[in-house]
Amino acid sequence: MFDGAARRVVSLWFPGLASDRALRARAALGPFALTIHQHNTNRIHCLNAAAERFGLHVGMAVSDARAFCPDLQSRTADPMADRRFLTGLRRWATRYCPWVGLEGNGLVLDITGSAHLFGGESGLIDSLRHRLTRAGLTVQIGLGDTRGGAWALAHYGGGMAQPGQPLAALGPLPVAALRLEAETVTALQRLGLRTIAQLEATARAPLARRFGPELLRRLDQALGREPEQISPDPDPPHYGVRISLPDPIGLEADVTAGTARLLERRCSKLAGHGTGARVLELTLRRVDQQAERVELRLARAMRDPARILPLFARCIGTVDSGFGIDQLRLEATQVEPLPTEQIGTGDAARADRLDDLITRIGTRIGIDNIRRFHPADSHIPEHGFTLVPAACSRPKPFSPPAHPRPLILFPPEPITATGPHPPQRFRWRRMQVDILRATGPERIAPEWWRDDPNWRSGIRDYWRIETMQGRRLWLFHTPQNPGWFVQGEFA
Amino acid sequence: MAIGFAVIAAAQAGHILWVRDSWRPEMIAPSGLSPWLDPARITIALTADQTETLAVAEEGLRDGAVDLVVLELTAPVGLTAGRRLQLAAQAGHTTGLCLIPEGMGSPAAETRWRCAAISDPDPTEDSTLQNWQLIKNKSGTIGSWHVRWSRAARRLTVVSRAGE
Repeated sequence: MFDGAARRVVSLWFPGLASDRALRARAALGPFALTIHQHNTNRIHCLNAAAERFGLHVGMAVSDARAFCPDLQSRTADPMADRRFLTGLRRWATRYCPWVGLEGNGLVLDITGSAHLFGGESGLIDSLRHRLTRAGLTVQIGLGDTRGGAWALAHYGGGMAQPGQPLAALGPLPVAALRLEAETVTALQRLGLRTIAQLEATARAPLARRFGPELLRRLDQALGREPEQISPDPDPPHYGVRISLPDPIGLEADVTAGTARLLERRCSKLAGHGTGARVLELTLRRVDQQAERVELRLARAMRDPARILPLFARCIGTVDSGFGIDQLRLEATQVEPLPTEQIGTGDAARADRLDDLITRIGTRIGIDNIRRFHPADSHIPEHGFTLVPAACSRPKPFSPPAHPRPLILFPPEPITATGPHPPQRFRWRRMQVDILRATGPERIAPEWWRDDPNWRSGIRDYWRIETMQGRRLWLFHTPQNPGWFVQGEFA
Repeated sequence: MAIGFAVIAAAQAGHILWVRDSWRPEMIAPSGLSPWLDPARITIALTADQTETLAVAEEGLRDGAVDLVVLELTAPVGLTAGRRLQLAAQAGHTTGLCLIPEGMGSPAAETRWRCAAISDPDPTEDSTLQNWQLIKNKSGTIGSWHVRWSRAARRLTVVSRAGE
């Protein structure tokens, strides 16, 4: 990192990260294990020290583990939550130094030049160990000149390597501490090369020929002959912004003006990241410490403050400002990628206006209640389309139906008739109906792969009916379960 | 038959906002719409009650982003609500169409139509013969026509009355 300054790296390894996290959330006494479902079996994912004393190990089937240890308490593992927890730890560890990276079930910190802030290297390590142990985590800490060296020390016993003498600390460690593949480790042990010191003493050329460049690269990385970077993950962008006011405000115009300022700042950041906000949350903190929350769900991702501000108007109008508002906070809680677009006229501008209208109506009736028709893959008339929320879908074309279909569909209404042919006259909705013409039948069979209670009466023969009274109806007859029903009306 | 009228009105418009109460069981079916218009042009707003229906329709009319707003109403519209809709439609240069049961018209309406399907004694194609009566017109005369939707030309044709 700096020329002249000795690079120092700390590696942290949490051997029982998952079980420690679970026990932090809800403590349990005695042997404890987390299980995960793999290859049709529940296996142990992680366990605590008490369980290890019973001879249990990671990867063991849970039924076997119960035979060894009947008192075993177990819960289901959640690898995603473990990952989030480790990310949180990484963020916490930046209190020691700015360069912190993730590495497997642990962290790696480049503490070059920051150890003296914590009373030297030993002080820093004590502080790390003290705080992590107090948080209920088992940790092994290695300190070395290189990332590889620190990793080896953390995973194989822990300890410190003195600056400039990596071999003294790493030499006695087994070759597996070099982050090698399992087959390479086995092959090296068969050759009698068990420790790093023995490996270092061996001629390099035959090793390279036999095992490829990877082995020597790992060795060089551990001993500091080849550099290895620590790349800290960038923090996910934070889309919150706030404004604190010296005096409380209460007028709608003032709140709107404050929101406009926040939006300006928020949208410039969104534009910088090439994203647009989908859900915005405005928190208005009042002087009595209560907070009013206003959520604006947009019909599409947007980052144009001039367009978003009018959409807030209705939400802001409903807020009770109490004795005044002294802090405004705006956060884009849901963000979507929004690439830069060609500014258009005509269709594009029109689509924008329609999206704004959907957002504005959505603040009143809920954005999911604004729908559009989407075709569905079914020959059943009432399943041939779906109503999907307009905000999270694009229009899809419909193919015209092969047979005429009614304009209005309603749940089937029974009429009194018998026989396979439509009756000459019947009563429907308290009206006398006389048939002028009947066209049909068109047979529609139920879909056996879908259990629809309305279609349990079997196949249906549909008839188009023109009545003397003028209305054109869609009738069907169910031959397997005799009955006549009206299901739709043509224009 | 009011829906048939709305669909023919929509066939000439661009984008349509269709506002209806979510509890109503009958539904316009996109497969049946295809002779008139592309169902993708319709945006449907499902509301909880008529108050919401009127509020949403007013918003849509005033905005002018859609060409036609169709409201399905189940109860009479008050004088204030009717006037608000009228002003919103004027501001946004948008047509509003209320589908109402018989005898529930609002005095704010510019025109009011009564539509009924009528039987066709000798159909040439799939018949869509209808009788449209203009029963209120603020700026003209009233009348009654027999009309038929021509699928090939995608337009409305006025036919002479049978027997005249």
